[in-house]
Amino acid sequence: MKNMLIDPVAVRHDAVIPAGEPWIHEIIKGQHFRIIDLEGNQAADTLFFNADDYEDRYSAQDTIRAQGNIYLTTGTKLMSSKGNVLLTIVDDTCGRHDTLGGACATESNMVRYAIEKRHMHACRQSFVKAVLGWGRGLEKRDLPHNINFFMNVPVTPEGCLTFEDGVSGPGKYVEMCAEMNVLAVISNCPQLNNPCNAYNPTPIRVLIWDSTD
Amino acid sequence: MFEEFVQPGATWSHVLKRGTSLRITDTEGGANVCAMFHNWENPTERYNMPDTLKAQHIAHITRGHVLYSDMGRILCSVIADTAGWHDPLSGCSNAALVAQRYGTARYQEHRNEYYKNAYDGFAIELAKYGLSVRDLTATVDFFSKVVVDGSGKMSFVTGHSKPGMHVELRAEMNVLVILNTCQHPLDPNPKYEPKPVRLSVQKVVAPSPDDPCRLSRPENGRGFVLTERYFM
Repeated sequence: MKNMLIDPVAVRHDAVIPAGEPWIHEIIKGQHFRIIDLEGNQAADTLFFNADDYEDRYSAQDTIRAQGNIYLTTGTKLMSSKGNVLLTIVDDTCGRHDTLGGACATESNMVRYAIEKRHMHACRQSFVKAVLGWGRGLEKRDLPHNINFFMNVPVTPEGCLTFEDGVSGPGKYVEMCAEMNVLAVISNCPQLNNPCNAYNPTPIRVLIWDSTD
Repeated sequence: MFEEFVQPGATWSHVLKRGTSLRITDTEGGANVCAMFHNWENPTERYNMPDTLKAQHIAHITRGHVLYSDMGRILCSVIADTAGWHDPLSGCSNAALVAQRYGTARYQEHRNEYYKNAYDGFAIELAKYGLSVRDLTATVDFFSKVVVDGSGKMSFVTGHSKPGMHVELRAEMNVLVILNTCQHPLDPNPKYEPKPVRLSVQKVVAPSPDDPCRLSRPENGRGFVLTERYFM
């Protein structure tokens, strides 16, 4: 594991994202990007786009197929829909992240929990708000299936999908190196209907810095 | 209503109307049908892999399961299946994968036997409907089985689908179905050997109150309610 300490002079962006808020920011090729689960077991729903070609975006299916494993951790290359490497996970104190569970949406909450849940805040609302605010032609249509950093969603050999207790904890983090210029979008998950956030969504912190490696 | 053959590696599309079904038959065994689904009336509504998996707690697709859109509605229900397992995880092949695994075979020398890949087939077919790769998210690989072990490792099961096996999808909305018969991207066969399938489209009765897909999970009951409300 690398040193937690980062040279403050190299830091280009440092933000705390409250639960239920979107965040969108460019990361330049070679920069490092760390997401810190400040209080533990908070779902950080995350998307990436090739910053020079928004048609080329994160692909959950291409990512898991390329490495032949459904879990994301150190060494995972985050693949795009056009077969490019967007970022590589270079450090991970959590150990396992999900990319099959997708994002919560008001519509899927109606299916999963109750039709009366339509009013409840959901990640898809934040993703749409983030990309519409960013502009440059991005809209709901462009949202691919996301990564759920800090979430644990195992698959059984019988083909069942299960939601297990989190393997994250306060201060655990995942760190990536950008392999190209990327646009990162996060929804810090507001879900209150299942234990993914222990029914208590909490803030996360994001850091982007120029690497000296 | 009609039948059609899809040649090996070819791409096919159709707006499958609510009240009809599409039966896909693996005539020779070992086929892979990579498919995507959009609401024809508003194609920004489309098949959503995570919503399909987590609403039903599944990582495979078979009879009794449904395919969810991102809008909480059911695009298609699986009303018959003799293969028992279809893969929603692995996605589609692309030009780089096909060239790296099988080499190159151009139209100039090979005519319609030239090597095709699923991504390019989808991109071209989407364009015929005014859509693009912006509209390409997850796909389902019918007739292919990929299992996941305790460490998360994915393994392709060779020889899963036998000659004559079929799966039948009932359209619950007017669904743009785009599919092709390119090989599964994890198929270890070193040779370019995609297989054909037979398609048949027929009229079907609307799902009854005790339809197995509706009753297979309480989530699906709500999914059918939301889909039926869309047509009210």
